Amino acid sequence: MLNMFFRGPLQLGIAQAAVTALAAMIVVLLARSRNIHLESDLALALLRGAVQIVAVGSILGILLRSPRWTGGLLLAAMILAAGTISRRRAKGLPAAFEISTYAIACGAGSVIAVMTLLGVIDTAITSLIPIGSMLIANAMNTNGLTLNRFRADVIAHTGEIETALALGAAPKQSVAPYSEASFEASLIPAIDSLRSLGIVWIPGVMAGMLLSGASPFYAAIYQFVVVAMIFTASGLTSLVSTLLIQTHAFTPAEQLVIRPGLAIQ
Amino acid sequence: MIAPGEASHNDVILATEHLSRVVGGVTLVNDVSVEIHTRELVAVVGPSGSGKSSFLRLLNRLDEPTSGTVTFEGLDYRLIPPRELRRKIGMVTQRAYLFPGSVADNISFGPRQRGEEMPPDEIDGLLVHVGLPGFSDRNVANLSGGEAQRVSLARALANSPTVLLLDEPTSALDQEAKIGIESLIEKIVQQSQLTCVLVTHDFEQASRVADRVMVFQAGRVLRVGSATEVLHA
Ligand SMILES: Nc1ncnc2c1ncn2[C@@H]1O[C@H](COP(=O)(O)OP(=O)(O)O)[C@@H](O)[C@H]1O
Ligand SMILES: [Mg+2]
Repeated sequence: MLNMFFRGPLQLGIAQAAVTALAAMIVVLLARSRNIHLESDLALALLRGAVQIVAVGSILGILLRSPRWTGGLLLAAMILAAGTISRRRAKGLPAAFEISTYAIACGAGSVIAVMTLLGVIDTAITSLIPIGSMLIANAMNTNGLTLNRFRADVIAHTGEIETALALGAAPKQSVAPYSEASFEASLIPAIDSLRSLGIVWIPGVMAGMLLSGASPFYAAIYQFVVVAMIFTASGLTSLVSTLLIQTHAFTPAEQLVIRPGLAIQ
Repeated sequence: MIAPGEASHNDVILATEHLSRVVGGVTLVNDVSVEIHTRELVAVVGPSGSGKSSFLRLLNRLDEPTSGTVTFEGLDYRLIPPRELRRKIGMVTQRAYLFPGSVADNISFGPRQRGEEMPPDEIDGLLVHVGLPGFSDRNVANLSGGEAQRVSLARALANSPTVLLLDEPTSALDQEAKIGIESLIEKIVQQSQLTCVLVTHDFEQASRVADRVMVFQAGRVLRVGSATEVLHA
């Protein structure tokens, strides 16, 4: 319907963005009626998301004509940015930025590197950047879920954890039930993506490839490849962040440092 | 030097010197110096918020002293690996905090941390000792408050500690369970030659069971002495 009124790609794009932003606002109004206030959070997030993605679109336009090594540089910058965003999700956890950046770099970075070497991801910037960023974004979400769940569980169970320590348990052992739970919980989205692939979810890569004229069969296979890579990157990220957080949760004298009094958000 | 086997009642097993803990500018424990003797039962009493629990948590190093020292068996406790220290200085808290699973799983938790599997008859023996014969396979989800506290006590004893720290072990229990746990503690301390630091806000309880009483106020030790000396001063 919109394309009947808006002809050029720019006008059409803006109109489509306006309609979807309006839909998001309706959700805020619905939440408001249940006394959940998202408006300031969402308004900012929408605006920020729109500005960022438009800026990246323009930069991509320039990058498409740049040498291939700039792709690696851009991905590294994205990992740092992802670490910074994750840190805010993990407020009150010690070394949140270091843990997040390291986990995302290990999880997403290693999958990108290995798969590019193997030729699963093309080194062309048009392929490396969108797929790389998808892996980094998913690793970031997984890391946020992991740390968030770990903190909540530890704060709810300081009594059990300190009881285990008081009985002579190693710090890692005393939080094992909670690091296992946060690892499992953080992988639910990635596992559900794999499971629902094609049925509930025909994601972006496939849509893009179909739009640019690839064979539907190859587009479908490659979509599976991407989702499988997302799962691998997420799993590695969560593994690394649980390992790191459970060592940072204690002092060298094996005392629990995450306590209910710490800033919670 | 006295060999370990000949330790007399007057030997100091645990001592603090100018022990303090400050958190965010608030002094929780303020310059506490005490000596606790082998096989002694010392009660720590004082109003709620006076720093009794904070003091106890310094003794097994669940919290770090800001200043001062703790000496255990003649050694600055910072020289002892924390896990070894905590095995020897056991702790039982107001709530039992049992781990999900069976009673036996809980009892054998401490030894299992060192790679030791407790034989079933040893577990059963401990359960008889704390008045819960045949409870080994019970799920901890179905225990009463008093039973849970007995399991918690047996779990601490399974580590064969030399000192036992008890933080208001009866204050979450009804009168009947409270009397039961109290006499169990007295029995255990006598039979297992344990040294015991018992935190309680119950002066009556302190005078019933303690050899000596420490009175805490605002993080400081106000008085130390026998129950009659201290409580009727
Ligand atoms: N980690 C902490 N940070 C700041 N204040 C604390 C902390 N733990 C305890 N407190 C405060 O220290 C005081 C002493 O607490 P506590 O040792 O639990 O007293 P008691 O066991 O005698 O009731 C209380 O005012 C309590 O609120
Ligand atoms: Mg207390």
